[in-house]
Amino acid sequence: MATLDTGPRAKLKWGLLDAVVVVFALIPVLWVVSLSLKTTATLTDGNFIPREWTLDNYRLIFQTDQFVRALINSIGIALISTLIAVVLGTMAAYAISRLDFPGKALLVGVSLLIAMFPQVSLVSPLFNIERQTGLFDTWPGLILPYITFALPLAIYTLSAFFKQIPWDLEKAAKMDGATQAEAFRKVIAPLAAPGVFTTAILVFIFCWNDFLFAISLTSTEQSRTVPVALSFFTGASQFEDPTGAISAAAVVITIPIILFVLFFQKRIVAGLTSGAVKG
Amino acid sequence: MADIVLDKVTKSFPDGTTAVHGIDLEIADGEFVILVGPSGCGKSTTLNMIAGLEDITSGELRIGGQRVNDRAPKDRDIAMVFQSYALYPNMTVRENMAFPLKLAKMAKEEIDRKVGEAAKVLELTEHLDRKPANLSGGQRQRVAMGRAIVRSPKAFLMDEPLSNLDAKLRVQMRTQVSRLQKQLGTTTVYVTHDQTEAMTLGDRVVVMRGGHLQQVGDPQTLYDRPVNLFVAGFIGSPSMNFLPATVEENALRCPMGELALDDRLRRLLTAADAPRQLVLGIRPEHFEDAALVDQAGKGFTFTAPVDLVESMGSDKYVYFSVEGGPAVAADLEDLAADAGGADVPHDRANLVTRLSAESRVRGGQEARIWMNVDKIHLFDPSSGRNITLQEEEPAGVAAS
Amino acid sequence: MSVSSTTPATTAEELSEGGRRELPQKRAKAALSEGKRQERRLGWLLCAPAALVMVAVTAYPILYSFWLSLQRYDLKFPSEREFVWFANYATVLSNGYWWTAFGVTLLITVVSVAVELVLGMALALVMHRTLIGRGLVRTSALIPYGIVTVVAAFSWRYAWTPSTGYLANLLSDGAPLTERASALSIIILAEIWKTTPFMALLLMAGLALVPEDLLKAASMDGASAWQRFTRVMLPVMKPAILVALLFRTLDAFRVFDNIYVLTNGANETSSVSMIAYNNLMKGLNLGIGSTMSVLIFLAVAIIAFVFVKLFGTAAPGSSDEGRR
Repeated sequence: MATLDTGPRAKLKWGLLDAVVVVFALIPVLWVVSLSLKTTATLTDGNFIPREWTLDNYRLIFQTDQFVRALINSIGIALISTLIAVVLGTMAAYAISRLDFPGKALLVGVSLLIAMFPQVSLVSPLFNIERQTGLFDTWPGLILPYITFALPLAIYTLSAFFKQIPWDLEKAAKMDGATQAEAFRKVIAPLAAPGVFTTAILVFIFCWNDFLFAISLTSTEQSRTVPVALSFFTGASQFEDPTGAISAAAVVITIPIILFVLFFQKRIVAGLTSGAVKG
Repeated sequence: MADIVLDKVTKSFPDGTTAVHGIDLEIADGEFVILVGPSGCGKSTTLNMIAGLEDITSGELRIGGQRVNDRAPKDRDIAMVFQSYALYPNMTVRENMAFPLKLAKMAKEEIDRKVGEAAKVLELTEHLDRKPANLSGGQRQRVAMGRAIVRSPKAFLMDEPLSNLDAKLRVQMRTQVSRLQKQLGTTTVYVTHDQTEAMTLGDRVVVMRGGHLQQVGDPQTLYDRPVNLFVAGFIGSPSMNFLPATVEENALRCPMGELALDDRLRRLLTAADAPRQLVLGIRPEHFEDAALVDQAGKGFTFTAPVDLVESMGSDKYVYFSVEGGPAVAADLEDLAADAGGADVPHDRANLVTRLSAESRVRGGQEARIWMNVDKIHLFDPSSGRNITLQEEEPAGVAAS
Repeated sequence: MSVSSTTPATTAEELSEGGRRELPQKRAKAALSEGKRQERRLGWLLCAPAALVMVAVTAYPILYSFWLSLQRYDLKFPSEREFVWFANYATVLSNGYWWTAFGVTLLITVVSVAVELVLGMALALVMHRTLIGRGLVRTSALIPYGIVTVVAAFSWRYAWTPSTGYLANLLSDGAPLTERASALSIIILAEIWKTTPFMALLLMAGLALVPEDLLKAASMDGASAWQRFTRVMLPVMKPAILVALLFRTLDAFRVFDNIYVLTNGANETSSVSMIAYNNLMKGLNLGIGSTMSVLIFLAVAIIAFVFVKLFGTAAPGSSDEGRR
């Protein structure tokens, strides 16, 4: 909290603190990368930096249907869920931040409740309902709960973004002869695009990350996502020791996250902080 | 082009508060009308109701003779300039100005022509392809004006369009707005909280308070013949002096001394059935250094210690504080609250006078001051009513 | 100068107008113009899909879950399905495993949230005030937030696996993941690593609300760095801290992924989510699983209630809804 101190010593102090944070954040990730690059022989040597490097683990997983199929499922399910959640969330957030209608407070309350909802409480009933309706072990069977839990996130983040757009702009559009829909399409939507994009990233990360629903509501490769497939690599017969393969798969599904974080750090921070804390 | 008629227009909110209480107002075609009042007086709500951005709870709004209560803003054919300018940040100046025309599905060449014309009038031609973020405050303000004028609407509504500009630019833009309005001859309703703007711009000024009309009239009438304490105190800068006054046998006792009651005043007081305690109002320019007045006998002369002298060059503002405490009335408290609620010591009244530049009055000394008794106003402290206006023909239209 | 009130007359007029529906421009209801009704309709229309999905996927299942919890319903013996009122609740609440899991969950929640609050505050200060490399710090901090929990859990698991892991070799004695105390510590460590950045981001939003001038004024008044932190920053940040705590507490209470990968619940390290899942997926006992679902739901509701009522946590989005 050196409010006034900006000298070289302060810089050194902050530099050290920064280094601690970076190390703290990166070590587990680098460790998995390291494991994924180790040869079978050196896998259990306990060294943080591999002594022998190989890409065999990556070659191996991309040859197995188990992983490739799971990757397709993960990508497909996360993208579709994100798309739907963001579209529905945008509509609702726009209404919440801009329009006056009875039931608005209720909707805000419901989404808040869902944000706090223990997902595991839904696992048993959804398991049974989905088995009866044939949604079990299908893409829609996962997409539905993902949308549900992503919606509160989307609604909060987007309302915060919408509220930053001056209300006068919309009034002005109406005065200029626009209908409500035209005002939205021509004035608000272009301005909201960055917020929508940020929200999409956050929602995608959420869907990409899920494990509980994915493991409870799937049973075969048909709709299993990568996090679940990872846990099934353990003891699977086709690998003697799954550690290398798991690590390689783990690295693969971490890549999109790293890319998001690298390119959109500012937006993600803005999205998380604006949506979550406004009280 | 059209006239605008408000017929008992009322705005209540679901929580039960009423922002506008049944106001009646007729705005003639081509007229420039200013709605002025302290914040919360209902002026912006009234403007928004005319715009169609707020619903009218009851009453009727007619534009060009047609009832438009239920019409969406886009169907009323009126343009609005916002305090924040509300320029679309994703569009260039040209696109901003063309936006209403595009929505009206006007032909491309027609749009180009109209935007070009408006840009020329407002000296925006070289900025047409810039984004609002790259413009100065004054330029943005002009773009907002441009967007309003391109479509030649029936009326302009302006919601404090100059209040985001710095003082100097505001004065400059004020004349430009006024000139533009005269040139186009479009009915204009202009909202402001700044009485100077109201006085200098409008054909007619509507003073509002608490959702009620206080007085409607041309600026000079409002200044010379305010119907009540509120209008008297709100219009004019520096504002009118208010002092407590007591009616006695043959005189009016006020902190400066006893004023003889002449026939006119006595008649007015009787006619109004006035209470004994009154508020005396007099504007700063109705004082003069007694040494500079020829016929001192005509007015009232008193001596008081000078607090402070501010020389403005053309004239001098001289401040006194006189014994006897400030005038007390509900209206005055409202005014003080609007002015920022300055806490005045309660045993003395402050007096602001505007004297000739030649005056030799000095701070810390006693000064002999002449007051033009003909110009005093007397107000009933409980109702705020200006008793001095009673016998004469009603000046301006007092509300109700 | 009071203006005559027009309200009573107008209201009567309004009401009579309400009856004349044949006139298209007349309003169906007093004080509801075309624009207002349009706005309402649009509001409902826009919110309907989101509301429907949310209600269909949460409200209905949780009620259904309650219904299931009142039945003996074991998928291994579907014929023995029977309505048993609250017998399942008696079974669960008198079961040692449930209470062990409950204790484990509470332990993980309390310890990890407490540590996260301290670390998160430190991280927030670093991210907010660092003089150099602000972008780098924020980017790095986002990685734990974004990474798939299962991936992180595997990383920690291998780190602590004897002979494979770089951390296991630091400690000489045996396999830490197979002993209860050390396994729980590792689970908590994994939770802290993963979610401290989220906590820090929420706290950083609170930090941004502390006016710089206030801190400068405090230091002119002779407050030390620590005093500025406790007397000036913390009080201003209180709402943000409470919201962050609420969110993280509820989130930590649902801990599942880390335990599943790190220990799979062995050596009494199961959380309530773990045993509910096991009862359902391994035991295929819908009745008991649902009972646990309902109990977890209630526990979460109580935690949320305590936060909101006792600490006055303002729910995000509750106080605002500003139309201008």
